[in-house]
Amino acid sequence: MKIRLQVWRQEHARDAGRFETYEAPDVSPDMSFLELLDVVNERLVLEGREPIAFDHDCREGICGACSVVIDGRPHGPRERTTACQLHMRSFPDGAEITLEPWRASAFPVVKDLIVDRSAFDRIIAAGGFVSAPTGSAPDGNALPIEKENADLAMDAAACIGCGACVAACPNASAMLFTAAKASQLALLPQGQPERWRRATAMVARMDQEGFGSCTNHGECMAACPKGISIDHIARLNRDWIHASLRAGRRTATSGDSAGG
Amino acid sequence: MKLDAKIPAGPIEKKWEQHQLDMKLVNPANKRKYKVLVVGTGLAGASAAATLAELGYQVEAFCYQDSPRRAHSIAAQGGINAAKNYQNDGDSVYRLFYDTVKGGDFRAREANVYRLAQVSVNIIDQCVAQGVPFAREYGGLLANRSFGGAQVSRTFYARGQTGQQLLLGAYQALERQVGLGKVKMHARHELLELVVVEGRARGIVVRDLVTGEVRTHAGDAVVLATGGYGNVFFLATYAKGCNGTAIWRAYKQGAAFGNPCYTQIHPTCIPVTGDHQSKLTLMSESLRNDGRIWVPKQAGDKRPPAQIPEDERDYYLERKYPSFGNLAPRDIASRAAKEACDAGRGVGPTGLGVYLDFGDAIQRLGQGAIREKYGNLFEMYERITDDDPYQVPMRIFPATHYTMGGLWVDYNLMSTIPGLFVAGEANFSDHGANRLGASALMQGLADGYFVLPYTIGDFLARVKPEPLAADHPAVRAAEAAVRARSEKLLSIRGKRTVMSFHRALGRIMWEHCGMARDRQGLQAALQKIPALRAEFWENVNVPGTGASLNQSLESAGRVADFLELGELMCRDALEREESCGGHFRVEHQTEDGEARRDDQRFAHVAAWEYAGEERAPIRNVEPLNFEFVHLATRSYK
Repeated sequence: MKIRLQVWRQEHARDAGRFETYEAPDVSPDMSFLELLDVVNERLVLEGREPIAFDHDCREGICGACSVVIDGRPHGPRERTTACQLHMRSFPDGAEITLEPWRASAFPVVKDLIVDRSAFDRIIAAGGFVSAPTGSAPDGNALPIEKENADLAMDAAACIGCGACVAACPNASAMLFTAAKASQLALLPQGQPERWRRATAMVARMDQEGFGSCTNHGECMAACPKGISIDHIARLNRDWIHASLRAGRRTATSGDSAGG
Repeated sequence: MKLDAKIPAGPIEKKWEQHQLDMKLVNPANKRKYKVLVVGTGLAGASAAATLAELGYQVEAFCYQDSPRRAHSIAAQGGINAAKNYQNDGDSVYRLFYDTVKGGDFRAREANVYRLAQVSVNIIDQCVAQGVPFAREYGGLLANRSFGGAQVSRTFYARGQTGQQLLLGAYQALERQVGLGKVKMHARHELLELVVVEGRARGIVVRDLVTGEVRTHAGDAVVLATGGYGNVFFLATYAKGCNGTAIWRAYKQGAAFGNPCYTQIHPTCIPVTGDHQSKLTLMSESLRNDGRIWVPKQAGDKRPPAQIPEDERDYYLERKYPSFGNLAPRDIASRAAKEACDAGRGVGPTGLGVYLDFGDAIQRLGQGAIREKYGNLFEMYERITDDDPYQVPMRIFPATHYTMGGLWVDYNLMSTIPGLFVAGEANFSDHGANRLGASALMQGLADGYFVLPYTIGDFLARVKPEPLAADHPAVRAAEAAVRARSEKLLSIRGKRTVMSFHRALGRIMWEHCGMARDRQGLQAALQKIPALRAEFWENVNVPGTGASLNQSLESAGRVADFLELGELMCRDALEREESCGGHFRVEHQTEDGEARRDDQRFAHVAAWEYAGEERAPIRNVEPLNFEFVHLATRSYK
């Protein structure tokens, strides 16, 4: 196959950036998309040019490192497939493909197709956990969990933290990412003691990081390589409202401003 | 070099408990005065960093990825073992211990393995408490499955994403400590040198992969939890960034390297399609619970699988190992696949593949049940190969998956450099010559949650917290060495890319130090690797500068280290004149092609000691005493 690539090149965060064109004349349909980038990069190096910087690691769709917008779609045309698992057989011979980084002000470009997603870590640090210090756990079977809830929690927990949801959202909202974690823990008994505090803290952090608000476009779910449902956003919204009302009620009755 | 494994005295079931009592404690008020540096944030690193911070130590953690959540533990699919005996099928701590020692072909240290089996039960409890969504039965209790090499159901799992869920549990515990200000996290940082002061590990030199800045971080103890070195083969199931640099730098600073030749070749990976291939993808071993492995009986039979009648198929694992069948341990299943392909009975366009067939299981259980169990794996297979495994059998072939070798550690997980601890796949300790399925996750979390927090405390209780001056000669020398190395790599501007050298090294390793090894091949490799390394340092092309994000420079440094590490692996494989577990020496096999151990001469750990550039490393020996398990010929027939 012959492929032409239009690739976003940007030296560093403050560089304006521009598209550059590269030809790949000898592409195998069995190549993954990132292997195509490898081949292009090998050639650039031998020509004495700078290879295209892109994030990647496991190349099996689970680490969430890859983060490239292919023809306007995060991770490209195939549903529920990360860029590393997308194969060139998904494109016609002679295709011209445009590559860009995730576009969101909360994800500043580091270089070329690499962005800084550390805001996601900070959202987790704000409350995306169960406080269970090592050594304090009861027996694993002490707490039976309804299979249906365990399965739903697992659906949410499948999030790989790639950020495609943010890249796809017209508001660059991180609600799907945030809700996936909050909802996973809200569905489990272990998550109950911190449920309301978690919802408030994670949403506050998300706002503080500069992500936009959710206005129910649903683009996030369509772009999510793990098919995570926006039902989880509904669950987080409900929890967040509940937490806000609860905080208000507590303030009114006891003067305790325990913020949710 | 003196190797003291510091195995506590006493009966095996009491060793750890007694040792916990004997270890010194750091006063709670003093813990915050000590700093521990943790390199790597996979299961072992993240769990250690979180737990040490919970105890009150200052912790700084480092990973090369953009987030600690992306460490390659995330990709482990199948499950985690624990001796819970929830299934009432005869499991116990002793049985898990025994299976692990036997699975490792009697080349692991008994005391470490017993402790691993003991704490396995605490791991499950800990992860459940964190909200890890393990699979459950309708009654709400935890579900289990059986896994390669075991006859009890002791494996806990979260769909086909167990590693992901366990890692996210540890990552969340870590981020909680980051949020509390107890852990300082440095993502996109790579260790490039270990700082040793007066024989003690006192710091690390890291490169900020975004800015290129080279800096030293000082600490009172250092933990390396940097994973395995299987990417020496280039094609492997590892993430592209996995590397051996941290442990190799430590080795060159004086840490002994245990059993470098022990590598695990996993039997169920998707076969190679062409020269563009950048990595191999594993299909969970759990598939072997329902899939049947076969090749045509006739060599060169190119008919599509559906046209090969039942009596012309060879279900070779079921035939050779009737009691374990398709669940035979990984080393055995891999070698059997290689034999079939070597005999011309391999399938697929390259002839390097065997079938993993779900036809019977689908007929017996229905497509729905198979989808429920393996749906995501089937989808992944279909995405990569464009074949639908519900319709045609999967094609699989072995690939490098894990390294049992690693830095030598004593019972406390401390290397031969005082203050340098090594955890998870990066150490050599628990799996002997072959790791059983679902044991890697168990070991990583055992080390991080339940072993290091005690043993590091004992070490710190014996030393004073001391600052390390930024202009200390050892710090300056280490930083200067790092800078000189980067500058050298950037100045060569040769005609070959880093990746082409890495591929070439991988081919040498796969051919001569892969599933079957012999004297002649290993000697050839020991000629070829130094020649390739010499060419690398004259002809590699690393574009760009060191003062900004430069992925070519990152991978050049890693490949440069692999070019040395690969040689040590071949040397170790050559010296170990026996077959055991994943190390199969063609010269040492039984008449029916099974591994033949030599317990008289080789029931020991080979711990290699660096002796300087251009000098042969020294092979030290730690004898393995089997007091509680009888040395026996491993049989899965």
